[in-house]
Amino acid sequence: MAAISREEVAHLARLSRLAVTEEELDMFAGQLDVILQSVAQVGEVAAADIPPTSHSVPLTNVLRDDVVTPSLTPQEVLSGAPDAEEQRFRVPRILDEDVAS
Amino acid sequence: MTDLTRLNAVDLAGLVANGDASAVEVTRAHLDRIGAVDDRVHAFLHVDSDGALAAARAVDERRAAGEELGPLAGVPVAVKDVLTTKGVPTTVGSKILEGWRPPYDSTIVERLRAAGTVMLGKTNMDEFAMGSSTEYSAYGPTRNPWDTDRIPGGSGGGSAAALAAYEAPLAIGSDTGGSIRQPGAVTGTVGAKPTYGGTSRYGLVAFSSSLDTPGPCARTVLDAALLHQVIGGHDPRDSTSIPAPVPDVVGAAKLGASGDLTGVKLGVVTEFTGEGAEPGVMAAFRESVEALAKLGAEIVEISCPHFRYALPAYYLIAPSECSSNLARFDGVRFGLRVGDDGNRSLEEVMSLTREAGFGPEVKRRIMIGTYALSSGYYDAYYGQAQKVRTLITRDFTSAFEQVDALISPTTPFVAFPIGARTADPYQMYLADLFTIPTNLYGGPAISVPCGLSDGLPVGLQIMAPTMADDRMYRVAAALESSVGAFTPPAL
Repeated sequence: MAAISREEVAHLARLSRLAVTEEELDMFAGQLDVILQSVAQVGEVAAADIPPTSHSVPLTNVLRDDVVTPSLTPQEVLSGAPDAEEQRFRVPRILDEDVAS
Repeated sequence: MTDLTRLNAVDLAGLVANGDASAVEVTRAHLDRIGAVDDRVHAFLHVDSDGALAAARAVDERRAAGEELGPLAGVPVAVKDVLTTKGVPTTVGSKILEGWRPPYDSTIVERLRAAGTVMLGKTNMDEFAMGSSTEYSAYGPTRNPWDTDRIPGGSGGGSAAALAAYEAPLAIGSDTGGSIRQPGAVTGTVGAKPTYGGTSRYGLVAFSSSLDTPGPCARTVLDAALLHQVIGGHDPRDSTSIPAPVPDVVGAAKLGASGDLTGVKLGVVTEFTGEGAEPGVMAAFRESVEALAKLGAEIVEISCPHFRYALPAYYLIAPSECSSNLARFDGVRFGLRVGDDGNRSLEEVMSLTREAGFGPEVKRRIMIGTYALSSGYYDAYYGQAQKVRTLITRDFTSAFEQVDALISPTTPFVAFPIGARTADPYQMYLADLFTIPTNLYGGPAISVPCGLSDGLPVGLQIMAPTMADDRMYRVAAALESSVGAFTPPAL
């Protein structure tokens, strides 16, 4: 039985903000199915009482001293931006036109 | 006249320090070598000749002024394109960052510059460090100098190939699931993954933040240790950086080179010596284990029962973290933007940008991660993988109560032909079968050349406890002193 359907892969692509093509969906559906069926092996391990590990370094609340240090200039920060205006990143419209107007 | 490109870093540094060769001469020799062979190897994505020569001149001037130079001053280094370099293109092997020139240096690169090393350029890699062959680079594969029809490993295939092709004596890699060690193994070079948190991730383009570890690549164990010493240590700009000094890796490499391992107890990982590895790899490994025993090491078998679940756990944890980390590539602050025609919405432009900018393996991992983290699947996939990670860590801590270090082959197979594993992504994942447990645990591990199988290099992996990086260098240097180096055929 397939672990994941073509429709589910299309949904994942939307959630992931990937405008995948129909051909890619065909390819990814099969490949993701193989991968998910393989990684599902973790379910074989009896681990109900085992605490999860998110990180190997036992450090918590690492804070720096609250002192001013040099940082990048606005020009440097914006130097790689696809579009910039008035020291800001310029983005495509976020709201629908009828809402915006 | 000595061919400077054939010398090790420690010898090149000696020549520069004594005035027997200038840093500019050393740098020119390597730039010439890159010019002569890199069209066949494709280890580099960007060669910064001007920057390298300027850095070399600065070293020569400092020496002329009587300043004391560091142990690697004047030595060229190749840097994996995953680390930001101020003003020098940084692509992570991806089209989504094509042409990006970062406004700042990563900590690793900052330390390399401060040490007087000379950055030659940026090396090829699987896109976003996701892959085991460098075939997933958006800029074409790197080729293995041992056989240019074969892969150089990945994701850091460019760094390893640059060493094996004598284009650079030192290189930097990053290891999330084996991306330093596996390329080292299949190119006959040395690759070390430091303890997680022992080297700074500041300016390392993130793939899987709880696993990503930058580290040294070299042709000898001592060179790797010298580089480790330069780049390692606490960095306040990385909140997971360990606030402790770098273990004495250089001293350990020198101690190991004496060839005496008396009193050292090594555990052969039972789970990694059965099926799964090629016969030629196992034969070279077994011979090396005998060599280690002859050097005085006590060898025992150690079972790590949860290691067999490391690969599936990793391929849930790493994609989950990647799906979150790569959300920053949205066409707003840096890199590519596609489809911004004044009519499309931000979300449409974002989706078109990511579709055009990411390659298939990156897309697969983003979607796997999105799946594993989604409600309804989280507990069965990501949550369960995190619990398995705990059990793997316990396997390590229990093993290190019995032995000083664990050993295994670095990879199940030697360099495979280009194209052999790209059709089935899971077959590619198997290349990291033996390297992944260490990443989940967070400890250090090193791959050192241990033999040949059908004329192709085999690596032996030494895994040590967290913050005992020195231990693996000692064992690696001892093995190196016994089996020697392996030189690829002329290109």
